[in-house]
Amino acid sequence: MKPIISLSPHVHGGDSVSKNMYGVCIALVPALLASLWFFGLGAAIVLATSVLSCVFFEWAITKFLLKRPGCSICDGSAILTGLLLGFNLPSNLPIWLIIVGALVAIGIGKMTFGGLGQNPFNPALVGRVFLLISFPVQMTSWPVSGQLTAYTDAKTAATPLFIMQKAITDGEASVLSQLPDAKEMLIGQTGGSLGEVSALLLLLGCAFMLWRKIITWHIPVSILGTVAIFSGIMHIVNPIYAMPHVVLMSGGLILGACFMATDYVTSPMTSKGQLIYGVCIGLLTVIIRNWGAYPEGMSFAILIMNAITPLINTYCKPERFGEVIRKEEKK
Amino acid sequence: MKTFKIGGVHPAENKLSAASPIREAALPKQAVFSMFQHIGAPAKPVVQKGDEVKVGTLLAEAGGFVSAPIHSSVSGKVSKVDVALDASGTRRMAVYVDVEGDEWEESIDRSTTLVKLSDRPDLDSKTIVEKIKNAGIVGMGGATFPCHVKLSPPPGCKAECVIINAVECEPYLTADHRLMLEHPEEILVGLQLIMKAVDVQKGYIGIENNKPDAIALMTEKAKNYEGIEVVPLKVKYPQGGEKQLIDAVIGRQVPAPPAIPINVGAVVQNVGTAFAIYQAVMKNKPLIDRIITVTGKSVKQPSNLLARLGTPFQQLIDECGGLPEDTGKIIGGGPMMGKALLSLDVPMTKGSSGLLIMNDKEARRTEPSPCIRCAKCVSACPMGLEPYLLSKQSKLEDWEGAEKNDITSCIECGSCQFTCPSHRPLLDMIRVGKSTVMGIIKSRAASR
Amino acid sequence: MNVILIAVCVLGLIGLASAVILFVVSHKFAVHEDPRIAQVGEVLPQANCGGCGYPGCSGFAAACVKAADGGSLEGKLCPVGGQPVMEQVASILGLAVEAAAPKVAVVRCNGTCENRPRQAQFDGARSCRVQQMTGMGETGCAYGCLGCGDCVAKCQFDALHMNPETGLPEVDEEKCTACGACAKACPRGIIEIRLKGPKGRRVVVLCNNKDKGAIANKACKASCIGCGKCVKTCEKFEAITLENNLAYIDAEKCKMCRKCEEACPKGAIHGFNFPPKKEKPATAEPQVEPEKEKQI
Repeated sequence: MKPIISLSPHVHGGDSVSKNMYGVCIALVPALLASLWFFGLGAAIVLATSVLSCVFFEWAITKFLLKRPGCSICDGSAILTGLLLGFNLPSNLPIWLIIVGALVAIGIGKMTFGGLGQNPFNPALVGRVFLLISFPVQMTSWPVSGQLTAYTDAKTAATPLFIMQKAITDGEASVLSQLPDAKEMLIGQTGGSLGEVSALLLLLGCAFMLWRKIITWHIPVSILGTVAIFSGIMHIVNPIYAMPHVVLMSGGLILGACFMATDYVTSPMTSKGQLIYGVCIGLLTVIIRNWGAYPEGMSFAILIMNAITPLINTYCKPERFGEVIRKEEKK
Repeated sequence: MKTFKIGGVHPAENKLSAASPIREAALPKQAVFSMFQHIGAPAKPVVQKGDEVKVGTLLAEAGGFVSAPIHSSVSGKVSKVDVALDASGTRRMAVYVDVEGDEWEESIDRSTTLVKLSDRPDLDSKTIVEKIKNAGIVGMGGATFPCHVKLSPPPGCKAECVIINAVECEPYLTADHRLMLEHPEEILVGLQLIMKAVDVQKGYIGIENNKPDAIALMTEKAKNYEGIEVVPLKVKYPQGGEKQLIDAVIGRQVPAPPAIPINVGAVVQNVGTAFAIYQAVMKNKPLIDRIITVTGKSVKQPSNLLARLGTPFQQLIDECGGLPEDTGKIIGGGPMMGKALLSLDVPMTKGSSGLLIMNDKEARRTEPSPCIRCAKCVSACPMGLEPYLLSKQSKLEDWEGAEKNDITSCIECGSCQFTCPSHRPLLDMIRVGKSTVMGIIKSRAASR
Repeated sequence: MNVILIAVCVLGLIGLASAVILFVVSHKFAVHEDPRIAQVGEVLPQANCGGCGYPGCSGFAAACVKAADGGSLEGKLCPVGGQPVMEQVASILGLAVEAAAPKVAVVRCNGTCENRPRQAQFDGARSCRVQQMTGMGETGCAYGCLGCGDCVAKCQFDALHMNPETGLPEVDEEKCTACGACAKACPRGIIEIRLKGPKGRRVVVLCNNKDKGAIANKACKASCIGCGKCVKTCEKFEAITLENNLAYIDAEKCKMCRKCEEACPKGAIHGFNFPPKKEKPATAEPQVEPEKEKQI
């Protein structure tokens, strides 16, 4: 017998990258079912195309461009990117656009930096923002829910975000009365991208991730809290700004706060840093929504903060053991 | 329930031998006494080839202040003084004794009657420390720091309490657990002796609450001893780390090195050490045996053995049903901080708290994948460090950066590597960095 | 018209002010550097390997200029550029340089997989330094090559490669510049920077084992057991010393007679780059070279 020698520890907790990635995928399942329920065929086509093309690009780039051995698609990160990208798209987007988005997400957003763990920006958001800037018309016409058999021919209508922006540009608080009521937004019969429809189910997924300890509470809570407080103040100061609970449930805020901003690779490492990151995302989102050219600011806010994450990591160190006493001694 | 505040993990407990009572291991045919059974200067052999020794005869004297003498645990003839492979994986100086019979030094009291502190009013702090020093007692939890050094506080420091480490947070190991169940009074008297040695009125015994029977028994017995309190602790690794235990029990955090526990007024001793101190002071018995857990999922009879120091591990595993077929790794100590051994031909030392046999499948590490920056290592680190960063800096040989990020505070508990979803060898690299940075700091101090 | 005039005047003034500021700053904060440092730097290879013992080529250049002010370039050698570069440096600084013999890295271990059986399997970060911390490592030799290639990773000149058959690093003598990075990287100090010898010929004890004979013998077929036979054969030249059970050949005293090689009972002494003996008609060197290239 040749014994194995290694340094301690000799046991491992059994956690793995794929467990975490698939855990997030499972957390997305309720929202995925909801999107199928509300958008039917369109949702199915968009999600399937997005996931399949992301996985394909990941495989092709690893094999033919990077020429790395082994398969990196098994870790589930490409599937997750595909799912999140699909969740950020309207259900009537043509297939070729989705493929372009997936190529940008995986190719430029992730693999150019060296693959999993190296990318500074959230790949799915890179793909979405690329599409949003390049094809603004297609990316901002949101189909009305309930058209189960329609795809690119689906009827579109104004989303809550659009109504909110119109209220600000018109300076008329009465425009806000066109907003759907809170219950409807919670369950999800409003227009929007696939993953935005049901706030309730997204929160359910988030709770699942918290329970499985895939993520910690810091980022989602700090983002949602900041948005609620900031938009609440705005609403009190001037009623043309929407009520905080509407702001929270509209658009991709919850999806972004729970699933996109919490991306391991692109978020800060310490809880203190995560709180700073979350608060900044919240502030930026409200600022872009209210004063920016686009009705939705979540993706831009997250990408901006992704860029600042290395800086946060450099300056936000965890509290070292014994630090409290060290500080007291200095005094 | 109390516990330490930063980080920590929950490894599977696997306390297979918790229900098996301590039994005495047979005498070895040949006992090998390494001169490196403690941290600090190696012991200096005082015997020569051919010398007759008894149980308790001094084999080697302490090589300095931070050092400890070594006594023979068997009677017989010294066959040679030569190098031997020890648990560190290297060949180092050792004394070989061929065993003949079992003759003890007459000064040792072998009776089992309990001697209480009140029976010995003649003992004062100085004699207690002197006796401990001469008995060669070291930290029995695995760190093997000479005990008398801890009981001689540096000038300007005053101990306020003594904490007995009965946490046994390492998975698999049950030696301390069994010791508490079978010798509670001796441990309490041992604690009283330590309290007297450092002149304090308060003693704590920290026990994790996965040992409810031990907590109940010790609490019951402690009622008769003034100033001793049993503190049940929430199960969390690495609670048995000295700094973590102090934080858990009295809520004080020892600052970064070079600060030591006495700076916050605490003296920590392992429960095995307390037992050894009782034997040394009250029974005049030097440290010649200890309780060791021989365990593993494939081991036929996981047991707790009372074995003489110097016994080869091969014999201990033979007493527990032999080495299993599917053995992959032999570990001296627990699975989190123990040392993988090259062979079973290694003698037991003062710090051997366990012998763990892992089968081939569980022993192999999973191939590492790239870091996904999930920060699980950061939240698991009980010292509040950033293992991902330290490991990267060690790999890139950025020693300055590693020093700035407090790599020297690392206690090498392995929580980061345990929790890493990418199975990265974080601690391997951090150890390289830590030892290099320590070297740099030392040479910098020397050049000043 | 007026507008244009104002614009021209304002821009002109800004330009003038900037020029004055630049002039003042460039004179006030000028860093005076010996112009010879730049000149020396130009002839250096700019590999920034640190083999000279200074932080990069510019550091070495500054050190050379400083040493030249002291009157001698003794002890300064750019291992990469070697003698020709040092002569150039000396001529810039107006000094003569003494000839330094070329050196090369030598891996003093012959513990191939065949010679030195593996007793354990190392599992962990692929790093010699990590393996060193486990104690003896995979084999029974506490002094031999650990085989994880820390030295190979440190070589900036592509002169060291792991031979998968032997599990040992091999030095490409053509490319090796004797910068010493590999010697520093080896946690067991196996690699020695040694005189290359006339025509590259040299005799070396290919072992680093300081254990007693019996242990060394058991650990490896090609180990030095410290028997001292080589020391006796070399009584005339006194080139071989035996310390800690390990023979060492002083390259400066060695006369390349190769008697020690024959005397060694374990075959631990090797001659490099000698013409093949009569028993083997085929030349060894041309055979080795193409093989090496294939492995790369």
